[in-house]
Amino acid sequence: MLRYAVKRLGSLAVSLIVASLVIFACIEVVPGDPASFMLGINAQPDTVEALRNELGLNKPLVERYFSWVGGLVTGDLGTSYTYRSPVSEIVSERLVISIPLALFALSLTVLIAFPVGVLAATRRGSFTDVTVMGATQLGVAIPNFWFALLMVLVFAINLRWFSAGGFPGWDAGFLVAMKALTLPAVALALPQASILARVMRSSLLDTLSEDYIRSARAKGLTTRQTLWRHALRNALIPVLTIIGLQFSFLLAGAIIIENVFFLPGLGRLVFQAISQRDLIVVESVVMLLVFAVIVVNFLVDLAYAWVDPRLRGRA
Amino acid sequence: MKRTLTLTTALALIAGGAWAAKTDVTIGLQLEPPHLDPTSAAAGAIDQVVYSNVFEGLTRFGPDGSVNPGLAESWEISEDGTTYTFKLRSGVKFHDGTDLDAGDVVFSLDRARAEESTNAQKALFAGISGVEAADDTTVKVMLSAPQGNFLFNMAWGDAVIVAPESIENIKTNPIGTGAFTFADWKQGDSITISRNPNYWGDAPALEEATFKFISEPTAAFGAMMAGDIDAFYGYPAPENLAQFEADPRFNVLAGNTEGETILAINNKMEPFDDVKVRKAVSMAIDRQAIIDGAMFGYGTPIGTHFAPHNPDYVDLTANAPFDPAAAKALLAEAGYPDGFSTTLKLPPPSYARRGGEIIAAQLREIGIETEISNLEWAQWLEQAFRGYDYGLTIVSHTEPMDIGIYARPEYYFQYDNADFQTLINDLSVENDPATRSDLLKKAQTIISEDYVNGFLFQLALTSVVDAKLNGIWENAPTQAVDLTGVSWSE
Repeated sequence: MLRYAVKRLGSLAVSLIVASLVIFACIEVVPGDPASFMLGINAQPDTVEALRNELGLNKPLVERYFSWVGGLVTGDLGTSYTYRSPVSEIVSERLVISIPLALFALSLTVLIAFPVGVLAATRRGSFTDVTVMGATQLGVAIPNFWFALLMVLVFAINLRWFSAGGFPGWDAGFLVAMKALTLPAVALALPQASILARVMRSSLLDTLSEDYIRSARAKGLTTRQTLWRHALRNALIPVLTIIGLQFSFLLAGAIIIENVFFLPGLGRLVFQAISQRDLIVVESVVMLLVFAVIVVNFLVDLAYAWVDPRLRGRA
Repeated sequence: MKRTLTLTTALALIAGGAWAAKTDVTIGLQLEPPHLDPTSAAAGAIDQVVYSNVFEGLTRFGPDGSVNPGLAESWEISEDGTTYTFKLRSGVKFHDGTDLDAGDVVFSLDRARAEESTNAQKALFAGISGVEAADDTTVKVMLSAPQGNFLFNMAWGDAVIVAPESIENIKTNPIGTGAFTFADWKQGDSITISRNPNYWGDAPALEEATFKFISEPTAAFGAMMAGDIDAFYGYPAPENLAQFEADPRFNVLAGNTEGETILAINNKMEPFDDVKVRKAVSMAIDRQAIIDGAMFGYGTPIGTHFAPHNPDYVDLTANAPFDPAAAKALLAEAGYPDGFSTTLKLPPPSYARRGGEIIAAQLREIGIETEISNLEWAQWLEQAFRGYDYGLTIVSHTEPMDIGIYARPEYYFQYDNADFQTLINDLSVENDPATRSDLLKKAQTIISEDYVNGFLFQLALTSVVDAKLNGIWENAPTQAVDLTGVSWSE
């Protein structure tokens, strides 16, 4: 198990170095100068030049790469060009929304998908199964921003149970803050839950047709016991993979939902930073997301080994 | 008995609470400011939050665009027009409790015109040759030449007075002299300002105001309808305005801005270096169709680069009437009987994206094929603005009184006319109002008759406001949401 974990850590480090190079290269070649963006169309060329010097944009590329990576290693993400405050501060302000939102959406996803998937698999071919398959098909097909708008229309504009968006901050109280995250979390969770429920169902069906299940039944275990002791645990591997991918997606991919509900999350920060050419913010946030994805994948790898001992030897 | 009394008191309290007028307001804005220093960035969103609310200048704009006394209560102009002596109000305090004195004015103006200044409108200060404090409340500003619009320039958000003590943190903690103090910024979400108890002028009716940033048009609609916000300044989805107009809970304000929306033409690029071609382009355009199609009817046609609500405006729309046949004939005369093809580069705002599609269709009628590309602002600045790599583009120039850009041959439309440049020079040193007016009218006529750009329409400012909220500026003489006069009725 340890050897397996060390090997995984090694590939994690290599992935991070490659990612930092790719991100820096990609973002530096994007056309558009942050200084001219900030000063607008009436500014004189020498003013733009003064700002470029102030922001350190006139330094050579290699020097800028190393100062950026050096900063990353020591935890200093640099200073935002536009906001003029430390990127780490800006990002952590956004993370207190994005991480809870992603976790909230992921919990909803799992809470919906697990029972639904298991139910559909154990009653394969029944009316329940057909309904679940139909409903999840619809859930996968509906774009989440459209579903979000629909919910705003119903729950915010007509019923007035929720605000149409915005985030009051955690100091307004846990429940108040969670309430503000409810509609966005549901909008994010619905398509993910549909995907996960379908994966859960098919994975469980595969497992249920394995020989060891027949053996388990043959030695006298009830259907329920077989399901809980043998089938579910083995069916979890593909499900875990999907959950790992989904968490990364929910963390990074909430851009549209954050815009629909005007939530000040990480996705919206990146979106704004790209259009304002706040390169340092984009680089650091993308790097952070890559880091999150890689770490989540690492944890998922470890979880595989936990649910399936056969994997520990391989690596 | 005692119980009844308590109950009555409670009821009275509730009723009393309900009767008192609201003293807080939440205003929706589409763009969030990058930081809060109006003197070092072009972003209009900064001025929208802080202009006149948090920061004040020597002079200030009124709702009608007039220039009024601000921190300077009066001024004297020397005979030759090169020395302005400002008398500052006494007893003005910055929000950190320090007094405003002449030294702060000297610091602010010197900072803006310094070599390493990053003021986006540095040109406003270019004519200043020296600033000195005569005493605590008197400031002398020396100009290298008379400057007719100096008091106007000093009213810009880029010319507000800041204090050296608080300059280091101005971007996140702005300390001004205005009627509101900066209270809180939830980045990505909102900025809150609250009433300044030590304000030198009339106390504002509002105790607290929150600017909430909502960039998505559909989210703006939801927030307004759900009552999350009391007003949306510069409402981003004109297609919903009819619905708000029909709803008694809301008022729709349609005002003027300083935004001349133009189809900019690359004057040095073939075939646009021929005035006949530019004239043909201008005459191929049906302005009203663009206003109706792209702006849902909001906007005023213009025939030159000047705001129609300005008293010196000349209506020159007749110089380029919509006449495709005549335009086609002009093209043939210029040697392009079968038309030609060019690029049409469109920045993100909807006036450009929607307007661009309509203009492309109108130009096709006279044989000009356009290759449309949608650009982000940063790309647009790089390609079109700095690289001159475009044939046509659509931009709204929102700075007030910016006809002077036509005297800059390096400016992105690359219009180089020595007569016009002389005229703008004369204008800048002219103090006599009547002569200034004549020169301004002449300037408008020259660029209109040279068909420098396709002059489309003056951008309208549409805001949706709670019907009980009063005092929100209808027009936008500058990019400001001045809340000093805003109040709730009953």
